[in-house]
Amino acid sequence: MSQYYTSTDHFVLIPALMLALFGCAVLLFDFLIFPHPKQRKWLIVFLIIGEIFTGAGLWRQQSFLSSYGLNELTAFNGTLTIDGFALFFNWLFVLLSVLVAIVSYRYLEIENEHHGEYYGLILLAQCGMFFMATGTDLITLFLGLELTALSFYVMVGFLRTQKRSNEAAMKYLLLGAFSSGLLVYGFSLFYGLSGSTKIVDVADALAAREPGDPLVVLAMAAVAVGVLFKVSAAPFHMWAPDAYEGAPTTITAFLATGSKAASFAFLMRIFLGPLESARPTWEPLLIGAAVLSLFIGNIAAVTQTNVKRLLAYSSISHAGYILLGLIAGNETGLIGVAVYVAVYAFMTLGAFLVLVALRRRDLIGEDIEDLAGLMESSPGYAVLMLIFMLSLAGIPPTAGFIGKYYILLALIQTGHYTLAVIAAVFVAVAIYYYFRIVRAMFVSERKETAPLASTFGIKVALAVSGVLTLGIGIYPDPFLRMAGFSLIR
Amino acid sequence: MVSAILFYLFALMILGGAVLMVTRRNAVHAALWLVVTLLGVAGVFLLRSAEFLFVVQIMLYIGGVVLLILFVIMLVNLDAEARQPRFHRQWLLALACAVVVGAEIVYVLLSGLEAFRLAPAVTAVQTGGSTERLADVLFSEYLLPFEIASILLLVAIVGSVVMAKKRI
Repeated sequence: MSQYYTSTDHFVLIPALMLALFGCAVLLFDFLIFPHPKQRKWLIVFLIIGEIFTGAGLWRQQSFLSSYGLNELTAFNGTLTIDGFALFFNWLFVLLSVLVAIVSYRYLEIENEHHGEYYGLILLAQCGMFFMATGTDLITLFLGLELTALSFYVMVGFLRTQKRSNEAAMKYLLLGAFSSGLLVYGFSLFYGLSGSTKIVDVADALAAREPGDPLVVLAMAAVAVGVLFKVSAAPFHMWAPDAYEGAPTTITAFLATGSKAASFAFLMRIFLGPLESARPTWEPLLIGAAVLSLFIGNIAAVTQTNVKRLLAYSSISHAGYILLGLIAGNETGLIGVAVYVAVYAFMTLGAFLVLVALRRRDLIGEDIEDLAGLMESSPGYAVLMLIFMLSLAGIPPTAGFIGKYYILLALIQTGHYTLAVIAAVFVAVAIYYYFRIVRAMFVSERKETAPLASTFGIKVALAVSGVLTLGIGIYPDPFLRMAGFSLIR
Repeated sequence: MVSAILFYLFALMILGGAVLMVTRRNAVHAALWLVVTLLGVAGVFLLRSAEFLFVVQIMLYIGGVVLLILFVIMLVNLDAEARQPRFHRQWLLALACAVVVGAEIVYVLLSGLEAFRLAPAVTAVQTGGSTERLADVLFSEYLLPFEIASILLLVAIVGSVVMAKKRI
């Protein structure tokens, strides 16, 4: 321990250290201890041990904060900040990584691409997510974002022999690099205006400038474009349907939940930190992006026949709802954002997991037709899918309703009546296309007779996401308390 | 005065080289114009007395990256690619958009120019040289980002091996 690496720094960094350490160890163990392809699923056990260590680190931080009654703990001279916000998102990342890892082995074996690097990349991507949610320094935040994005570029193209997967990775890489460039351009203006990379100093420097300052507007616009691309909000959503469709379904699930939640954490850190004083200038921009996301996401989803593309457009529209919570900006709205991000992650993950189970040796299982008669062949999966669809559409008593309720309530409390009406109207549109999936499962004739590729991992992961989706809807209190703890103070 | 002239010279190298790099049909020519652009950037670093970045820019980018790009160009047959149309039909529209955005950025930057608080360039007299200062900052204040960057590079290496190797 030295002046530049104190014991507090170490304490705050432990979860990221564990993730990086186990990520590298998985890469080594892949050929040192488990050389045979059949043994590779033991790497999942190893990944879970890594997540337990990460969780232990988070738990110690959480109990430290609560036992001393602290709101936050900063380390590395304000580079990292552990607060309720960071802890909430990091718990979410731990859960999502474990659920994605345990469903992957059968799917990857069917695709003939079961490699140890996959699990290493999941851990390293999560390490990046830690810095996206915990960082309070522009460079750290950006490096976390790039670490996550780079891992995902590789994982999206993990089905190396499939043209579709390669194309998705290429498209994601090119557009992602371009948007990162814009983001860094905005960050460089932040630095130029404040002479510091710490978020707190940037916030002070920007607040000292008069409202509507063109330089602040330029920096804000560049940062907003970069971040809106990462959360796949319209009009920067073009990559999402292709990347979601081409990626391995397990990675699509991780990309749509983990990466998106981390991007929203990043967005909140920037827009509620340095850019809080510039709210009047960014509010119209985000309102435009949110309404456009609702419109494009919901309208384009109606005509999709591929379920992965349909869920991609649905995820664009959900990004619009989450942005509306940030626009409302009061306490209800910000709790609503945390609630919505978590709830969205559970239900979207569940929906993609059902698609993972539908992938069999000779069947891709991604079209709505492939779901036909699922109720007859595997009623358990069909009922779970029904719950996820009800939740995505926002119908009580599911978790999706709680998320939408908070967002709409916040909009009404802050007097954004028009936005509330628009948001409510698109719920009705969304019901139509989610119920196309439900109708296929329950009404259409059964066509495919091959049994589902269900494994123990898929059953556990589906049970967890199903219980969370339904449980949060029926008894939301403990979850809402957790989300309330996550406010940035 | 001299430094202002030099700055505009380097700026011309950067921008001119970049435009020519994008518009050249022959890939080798494009790579050589990239060298000109990167040399211009190196010159700007030197003007700001960042001699370490100047050396790194020339050694790594020109000596390493562009050289590798040239190797790849020589190995891959690009005759067929060279006959393809260079631009999409909507290039005029794209050019108009780029000009508008560029003009906006220039206008905004000029209107708020005095606001930038750039620290004065560090000279050897004050701290014993900017290279030493860079090393100090990198391994003290920016220790954590430095380490994150190392993991980032690890992911890049692992990713390229996963993508490129037939059997893993």
